[in-house]
Amino acid sequence: MDFELSEAQTDLAAGVRRLCEGRFPLEAVRRAEGADQVVDRATWRALSDAGVFALCLPEDAGGAGLGLAEAAVVFEELGRSLLAGPLVATHLAAGLIDGADDGSTVVGLVERPDPPPTAPDGGSPVPVLVEHLADLDVLLVLSELGISAVDPSSLDATRLRRPMDPLTPVWSLASLPSGAPVAGPEVAKWWLRDGAVLTAALQLGAAAWSTDLAVAYAKQRVQFGRPIGAFQAVKHLCADMAVRTEVARAAVHAAAVTVDQPDVGDSMVAAAGAKLLADEAALANGRSCIQVHGGMGFTWDVPAHLAYKRARVLAGQFGTAESLAESLADSLAESLDGEHPG
Amino acid sequence: MDLRYTPAEQEFRHHLRSWLAGVLPSLPPKPRPDDWAGRRSYDTRWQRLLFEAGYAGVDWPVEGGGRGSSPVEQLIFKEELERAHAPYVGVNFVGLLHAGPTIIAEGTPEQRRRYLPPILRGDEVWCQGFSEPDAGSDLASLRTRARRDGDEYVVTGSKIWTSHAEVADHCELLVRTGDEGSRHRGITWLILPMDLPGVDIRPLTTIGGSTEFAELFLDEVRVPVANRVGEENDGWRVTMVTLSFERGTAFVGDLLEAVELLATTVSIAQRTGAWGDPGVRRQVGHLRAELDALWALTKRNVSQAARTGVPGIGGTVFKLAYTETRQRLGELSLSLLGRAGLAADDLELLDGSGPLPCETVVDDWFRGISLTIAAGTSQIQRNIVGERILGLPKEPVAPAAGNR
Repeated sequence: MDFELSEAQTDLAAGVRRLCEGRFPLEAVRRAEGADQVVDRATWRALSDAGVFALCLPEDAGGAGLGLAEAAVVFEELGRSLLAGPLVATHLAAGLIDGADDGSTVVGLVERPDPPPTAPDGGSPVPVLVEHLADLDVLLVLSELGISAVDPSSLDATRLRRPMDPLTPVWSLASLPSGAPVAGPEVAKWWLRDGAVLTAALQLGAAAWSTDLAVAYAKQRVQFGRPIGAFQAVKHLCADMAVRTEVARAAVHAAAVTVDQPDVGDSMVAAAGAKLLADEAALANGRSCIQVHGGMGFTWDVPAHLAYKRARVLAGQFGTAESLAESLADSLAESLDGEHPG
Repeated sequence: MDLRYTPAEQEFRHHLRSWLAGVLPSLPPKPRPDDWAGRRSYDTRWQRLLFEAGYAGVDWPVEGGGRGSSPVEQLIFKEELERAHAPYVGVNFVGLLHAGPTIIAEGTPEQRRRYLPPILRGDEVWCQGFSEPDAGSDLASLRTRARRDGDEYVVTGSKIWTSHAEVADHCELLVRTGDEGSRHRGITWLILPMDLPGVDIRPLTTIGGSTEFAELFLDEVRVPVANRVGEENDGWRVTMVTLSFERGTAFVGDLLEAVELLATTVSIAQRTGAWGDPGVRRQVGHLRAELDALWALTKRNVSQAARTGVPGIGGTVFKLAYTETRQRLGELSLSLLGRAGLAADDLELLDGSGPLPCETVVDDWFRGISLTIAAGTSQIQRNIVGERILGLPKEPVAPAAGNR
């Protein structure tokens, strides 16, 4: 048992970080704020050249044949870059949708509400919202029953004037067509699990980014004659950010390794726990980063809000805090029933 | 990243598991918490059994008489003992985890010969005299005075939070040998025989009603200079060296105990009907995610220690997160008892389905409160994370503190 990153995993992370810092610095990412389209096709190709989308495809299918552990390490770096777009969906779709693996096809994903809004027995009155529609070549609809593909241009969709996250444009649909089936419940089940792990990895990167930004500011901002990071009130906010990130990172890495090494545990449980804690770390750290920045943190110019908003977007994908926590409790109760019959 | 155990690690686990299965049924019933003589003989007898089976000091180096196990084997050892409900290290804690490692690293050959084997065999019990009424988080300000008189130190002062003092043979004692205000540069590490004249023990009663700790009063106690470990005024470094023995496994038993308490909590919720409440289930699910993550973090810290040979800062992160998770678990289980939580003994239900485990829950709730205080308060831990991991500027020190 050796739960430290291997040298290859450390190198992979460093390579992706260099790529992101060199090719997609935050200034470049921010240029798309408020736009209909936030995916830059050249960026997408560069990510594909770096192996981001085909990472887990077998080598004989043109992929790198790596595990979800490596993908989690890569997606943490992507999360740290605050890069916008359907990264997880396109990664999952590699091997299923032509061109996803090489970055030529941008694949989006929406989870089909259960029950659907149009159900006669009173489904939710909230319309289906789809992220990044104008960037998509293919929209996949995911539920536990399977995956189907929809042509994005065929949808009757209304662009929402003011998305909560300026880098996540959103459309509202009156109805979600059933689409053409592309995979059954087996594939859907692992997509839900791996999608949760990779989204958690993005959240982890955002949580770490918020910590770094807050710490850098706390070292440089002087009040009462000293850097504010010397004061325990601020220092302890930063310490809590670091602790949340480290705990969430252990959970995300353990979930990814459990997917790759099924003998070591229940990967569904590990994925749910990782997503729950990574969501929380990204949200709480995003919030704390703004707080450490004081009034400046409330301005659009300081990028603290971007990680907080992104954390909110990702927290609604592949399981919410409520659904994840309940599923963890239910599976725990089931396993205890198994131990003590009657 | 590999979570699979090697064949050698699996074999270590397998042997340990079968030994435990054989030996545990032969143990006498556990003594009551306030029966100190009973606790000493129970705990030391268990240590003797470990010694005879070759499991004494799994985390001690071979040259110190230990087993010299790898960090991963130490993890497996603690995991298997907890899962089998083997006795806790108990009164052997300070000897095995603190005084012994200190003497291995810093003691003379004579001190090693004299003190190490009795710890491993369970013959001698140690306690710790570090903290003082006026030196808690700021340990370097300690004031218990040791004056040199020929080949003896004459020690006067008082210590606090001295666990197991009533049954200890020796105390690892930090004393001030330097000038007043010399702080960490004027401290010396002594072995104090507890039967010397002038040693007085006064038990402290915790909020849970137990007498886990004591105050130690030292009045002109004459300790041989030969009992000094390390050089005079070098005791701070000696103490810090001991910390480098930690391999990330300090909370393994505790964490697995919390996993069991969560299962107990589910059972309480099911029996009282609270399980139907989604809010309760979500709290349980959240705690499960936290405990799973902390188990993963333990494996990460152990793996780091295995690679580098030294403990990382991960132990501080773990302690901060774990202790607060444990407190929330304690609060949830107690609140689920409802009015039954007014009882600190198990309470029979009217439907004849057996008692509610009030004793476990209430005692755990009490003990949980100590976790964010003992071995470095959470506030001190946050300073450590902020300053040593994140590189934030140090806390300004008030010059008016008196002894600087």
